Amino acid sequence: MSDAAPASQSAPQPEPQYATVEQQAEAASFGMWVFLATEVLFFGGMLLAYTWLRANHPDGVAEAGRHTTVVIGSVNTLVLLTSSFTMAWAVHAAEHGRQKALTRLLSATALLGLLFLGLKGYEYHGEWTEHLVPGLNFHQDGPHARTIELFYFLYFLLTGLHGIHVTIGIVLIALLAVRARRGAFSARYYTPVEVTGLYWHFVDIVWIFLYPLIYLVGRSGP
Amino acid sequence: MTTATVTGKPEEPVVATKNYLTEGGVTLRSWLLTRDHKRIAILYTLSITFFFFVGGAAATLIRLNLVTPPGIFTPDIYNRLFTLHGVIMVWFFLIPSIPNTMGNFLIPLMIGAKDLAFPRLNLLSWYLYVGAGFLALFAILIGGVDTGWTFYTPFSSLYSNGYVVLALAAVLAVGFSSILTGLNFIVTTHRMRAPGMTWYRLPVFVWSNYATSVIMVLATPVLAITLILVAAERLLKVGIFDPALGGDPLLFQHLFWFYSHPAVYIMILPGFGVISEIVPCFARKPLFGYKFVVWSSIAISVIGFFVWAHHMFVAGISLYAGLVFSLLSYVIAVPSAIKVFNWTATLHKGWISFDAPMLYALGFIGLFTIGGLTGLFVANLAFDVHVTDTYFVVAHFHYIMVGGMVSAYFGGLHYWWPKVTGRLYPEWWARIAALLIFFGFNLTFFPQFILGYLGMERRYYSYPPEFQAWNIFSSAGASVLAVGYALPFFYLGWSLFRGKRAGANPWAATGLEWQTPSPPPTHNFDRTPTVTRPPYQYRPEPEPQDV
Ligand SMILES: [Cu+2]
Repeated sequence: MSDAAPASQSAPQPEPQYATVEQQAEAASFGMWVFLATEVLFFGGMLLAYTWLRANHPDGVAEAGRHTTVVIGSVNTLVLLTSSFTMAWAVHAAEHGRQKALTRLLSATALLGLLFLGLKGYEYHGEWTEHLVPGLNFHQDGPHARTIELFYFLYFLLTGLHGIHVTIGIVLIALLAVRARRGAFSARYYTPVEVTGLYWHFVDIVWIFLYPLIYLVGRSGP
Repeated sequence: MTTATVTGKPEEPVVATKNYLTEGGVTLRSWLLTRDHKRIAILYTLSITFFFFVGGAAATLIRLNLVTPPGIFTPDIYNRLFTLHGVIMVWFFLIPSIPNTMGNFLIPLMIGAKDLAFPRLNLLSWYLYVGAGFLALFAILIGGVDTGWTFYTPFSSLYSNGYVVLALAAVLAVGFSSILTGLNFIVTTHRMRAPGMTWYRLPVFVWSNYATSVIMVLATPVLAITLILVAAERLLKVGIFDPALGGDPLLFQHLFWFYSHPAVYIMILPGFGVISEIVPCFARKPLFGYKFVVWSSIAISVIGFFVWAHHMFVAGISLYAGLVFSLLSYVIAVPSAIKVFNWTATLHKGWISFDAPMLYALGFIGLFTIGGLTGLFVANLAFDVHVTDTYFVVAHFHYIMVGGMVSAYFGGLHYWWPKVTGRLYPEWWARIAALLIFFGFNLTFFPQFILGYLGMERRYYSYPPEFQAWNIFSSAGASVLAVGYALPFFYLGWSLFRGKRAGANPWAATGLEWQTPSPPPTHNFDRTPTVTRPPYQYRPEPEPQDV
C-alpha cells in the first residue's frame, strides 16, 4: 500500500506492515528512543551500586579513583566526543544526499571508535599488571583494599558493558559505511544512519557519565 | 448497525478460506520463520501452555508434600520444587501470558494495523523466550535451584549449591524477550494506528498492554543488571551484595524489587485489559468511565515504580522509608479500586449473559478484589510485621496472580478463541471448567489466609500438627483446580476439529478485531479500516448483529 511513490530508485518500498516510507522511518527512530530508555535504566542499576559504594566508603573510593589512568581516560573522552561530532556530521551529510562525505564520515566515526577500544585495551593491560582485576588478579594492601576491589569490580563491569556497546556501534557504523559507498542512502531515505546515530550518541553520553565517576573522583580537593 | 465501528466495510460472517493459518504454507519451517504476529502469538501460546503445566506440576508436588507433615520430600528437594514453581510461573508463564499471546494477536487487529511495527523483533523475542526456557529446564533437570524465585543474596551468591548461574542466565534471557515485546507494543501503539483510531478510541486492552509495556521497558533492564551482578559475585567471589565481601544485601533487595514490584503489574494490567473487553460485551453496555479506566492503568504503571520497598519492611530499612512506602502502597490501591468500581458500574442494569468468558470475568472481579484488599493489609507496617513470610502473603499474591491473572487469561482465551481458530468451543464444558476453577481456587487459597494469620511460615517443607486441617483443605482445593485447568486442554483441543464454525463476530462484539473474518487473513484487513466511533458502542438488546 505504498501510494507515496519513492522519488529516486534508491528509495526502497516500505515493509509490508507500513503504509508509507515515512511511517516506517518514524517507527524506526521512535523504536530506538524506546530502546535507549531501556539502556538508561540498565546502566542506572550499576550507577546506583556505585553510588552506594561511594556513599558508604568515600575514602576507599577516592583512593581507588587515584589508581586509574586519568590521561588515557581523558584522551578517550576526547576521542569519543570527536566521534560523536563526525557521526552528527554524517547524519547531516546523509540529509543532504552527499554520498561521498557520508561514507568518509561514517568510516571516521568507526575508526575513532576503534581507537577508543584500543586505548581502553591498553588501559586494561596496565590494570592487569598492577593487580587491579578483581576475581582474577587482585592484590592490594592497606585499609581500603576491599573497597578498591569493589570499585574495580564496578569499573570493569561498567566499562566492559560500555565497551560491548561501543563494539556493536562500530560494527553497525562500518556496515552503514559499506552500504553508503554502494549508494544505498539518499536524501529521501537515510533512516538507518539517523537511528544508528542516536545509538552512537547515547554510547557517548554514557561515557560522559562514567568519566568523572571513574577518573576524577579522588583527584580533587585537599 | 449495533456492532460496526467501521465505515465502508460490510460485515460478512463467512468462513475465510484464505487465512493466516493457511496462507504462507503450513510447513513447520513456515511457522518457525514466520513474521506474522498472529502465528507468533500461537507459538507463544503453545510454549507458555507447556510451562504452565511444568509450573503446575511443581505446585501439585508442593501441595502433595504439605498434606502430611513432614511430607514425602527431603527439605532440599522441597526447596527446589518451590523455586522451580516460582521461577517458571513468574517468568515463563505470568509475565508473557497475556501480552505475548493475546496482546501479540490482538493489538494490530484492534488498532487496524497489518502487523506489529517490528515483526522480526517479535520473532526474535519468541526465540529468546524458548532459548531461556530450555536453559531453565536444563538447570532443573541437572539438579535445580534452591534459592526461591527471588534469588536473595548472600544465599544465592555464596551458599546455595544449586545451578544458580544457569537459572540467572535463563531469567536474563527471558527478560530481554520481554523488553523486546514491550518496545514493539509501544512503537506499534504510537505509530501503527489506523486512520481515525485516536488514543481515546483505543480499546482498553490496548491501553493496558501499553501501560504494561512501559513497565517491561523501564523495569526489566534493572533486573538484568541485578542478575548479572549476582552471577558475577557468585563466579568471581567479588561483589557488592555479600556483606562478607564488603557489600550490602539490602542493595540487592532494592534493585530486585525495583523490578519485581512493577513486574507484579506486568502480571495483572493485561488482565485488567481482558476484563475490560469482556464485561461490556456480555453486559451489552459501554464500559463505564472509559477515561478513568484508561488513566488508572497509566497511573498504576507510574506509581508502581515507587512502592518496591514494601517488600522490605522487616529487612532493615529505616522507619521513615517504611512509612513512605507504606503510604505509597495505599495510594496505588486507588487506581485499582477505580477499575473494580467501573466494571461493577458497567454491570449495573446491563443485559448480562453468563457465557464462559463472563464467568471468568466475574470470578476475576471478585478474586482480584479480595487479593487487592488483602494487599492493603500487608501494605500496613504493623500488620505486615505480623504476616511477613507467612502463608497470608502467599494467599494474597495468588489471589492477584492466579485468581486474577490466570482467570483473565482463561477468560480471554475463551472470548477470542473463535477469532483465533474460527471455531466455537463447547459452552457447557467451558462453564463447568470456569466454575471448577473458581471453587477450586478459593478452596486452595482461602485456607492459606487463615494459616498465615495463625503464623504458618511459607517455604518450609513441614509444619506443626495444628495446621494440618487447613492444609488438607488447601491441597484438596488444588486437586479441583488441577481438574479445572486440565479440562480446557481437552475440549478446546476437540473444538479445533469438531467445533462449530464461528463466523466473524459470534459475540456481536464491537472492536476492529471482530470486523475481519475468523481466522483473520495474513494482513488482517482487506482494506485498512477507518474508525469513526469510540469503542464499546453496545446496546442493551440481546439479538445479534443486523441493521
Ligand atoms: Cu510489591
